[in-house]
Amino acid sequence: MSALSRRSALKRLGIVLASAGTMALVAGSPRAQGQAGRIIEIEARRFRFTPNEIKIKRGEVVTLALRAVDFPHGFNLPDLSIRADLIPGQVVTVRIQAVQPGRFAFLCDNFCGEHHEEMSGTLIVDT
Amino acid sequence: MDRRNFLSLAAVGGGAVFVSGLSGCANLGGMDKAANAANANFYFVQLSDIHWGYKGPDNPDAAVTLGKAVATVNALADQPDFIVFTGDLTHTTDDGLERRRRMAEFKRIVAALKVKDVRFMPGEHDASLDRGAAFMEHFGPTHYTFDHRGVHFVALDNVSDPGAKIGDEQLAWLEADLARLDKAAPIVVLTHRPLFDLAPKWDWATRDGAKALQILTPFQNVTVFYGHIHQEHHHMTGHIAHHSSKSLIFPLPAPGSQEKRTPVPWDAAMPYRGLGFREVDTDPRKATYAITELPVVRT
Repeated sequence: MSALSRRSALKRLGIVLASAGTMALVAGSPRAQGQAGRIIEIEARRFRFTPNEIKIKRGEVVTLALRAVDFPHGFNLPDLSIRADLIPGQVVTVRIQAVQPGRFAFLCDNFCGEHHEEMSGTLIVDT
Repeated sequence: MDRRNFLSLAAVGGGAVFVSGLSGCANLGGMDKAANAANANFYFVQLSDIHWGYKGPDNPDAAVTLGKAVATVNALADQPDFIVFTGDLTHTTDDGLERRRRMAEFKRIVAALKVKDVRFMPGEHDASLDRGAAFMEHFGPTHYTFDHRGVHFVALDNVSDPGAKIGDEQLAWLEADLARLDKAAPIVVLTHRPLFDLAPKWDWATRDGAKALQILTPFQNVTVFYGHIHQEHHHMTGHIAHHSSKSLIFPLPAPGSQEKRTPVPWDAAMPYRGLGFREVDTDPRKATYAITELPVVRT
């Protein structure tokens, strides 16, 4: 399947790929370019990401499949320069490969209400 | 001794005074004596992050804190030329009627201020859920300019867009507004969120703040006063100084100092610790700003 037809198929399924700018991460490994890796589904609902703790191995390629259910939340992982707007009803995918261990905070960065400040999580990269 | 000299002495003596600006470097266009009179020193008061309507353990006195601050401002020996509230006047709510009720109550309380020249700005709690609709009904435009004794003030709105953006339209407005000014003109920017990336992982940033700073950078005397982070903080981006204000509801931890930006717990033994407001003593001819932090209640 060509990249174009694959994108069209994903669109029919309600899946939106984050733009290249937002999903180019961490890795910089050309080997990762064609890999989706493990898919981790994340639900964004006021005022919580579920799950809000994501554990991956150093060097592992994973795809975050983010789905907002009640508000146009944002997903921002600033240490890895990743952000995306989450449109309710669509799945936004972000592929990541972490090259260094650590704990990286992510948050909703579209103000969504009284407990917006609590809507955050942690990406944990183990060695 | 005038107020300015007193503040200078206070700074030498270890008082809570922070002087911002490039003292002695400003060349404000060769002012004559008449201009000097018009550009005499003055001071204004900045209050921020009141969160009227908040109910919770981090400030069990939330229902009276604003009133006490108003009384403290009214008791200042010299009254300021004007007062500015840099956002989060109210605590957010999904209920539009309740939001308006809180704004009306806030207005009623601050109407007791002796100084009647009061400028209001929105925070994300006031404006992000309805793109500033309720705020504008009660307080007017969310971004505007005014001039006072030779200083050009610009109130920038980086909260009505829930994505913490100023937006291209407002940025164009800013650029057009500044285009008529001398590059040495004293400019004060008032805003809610920091214009620079202070702590993005805590949402302490403006997504297109760098564009605003790019527009401001050609001007030699720019100072930014903001709120949002519930604490005093001072930072330079190039030659532009940024000063955040304490809040009147609860303090927050130092930027990025811990994993979560949870409020500093209320200390019953020291009520209002970490809360307060500030005086900004302004010398338009030198484009300097002496900041004096004041508590909610003065003993």
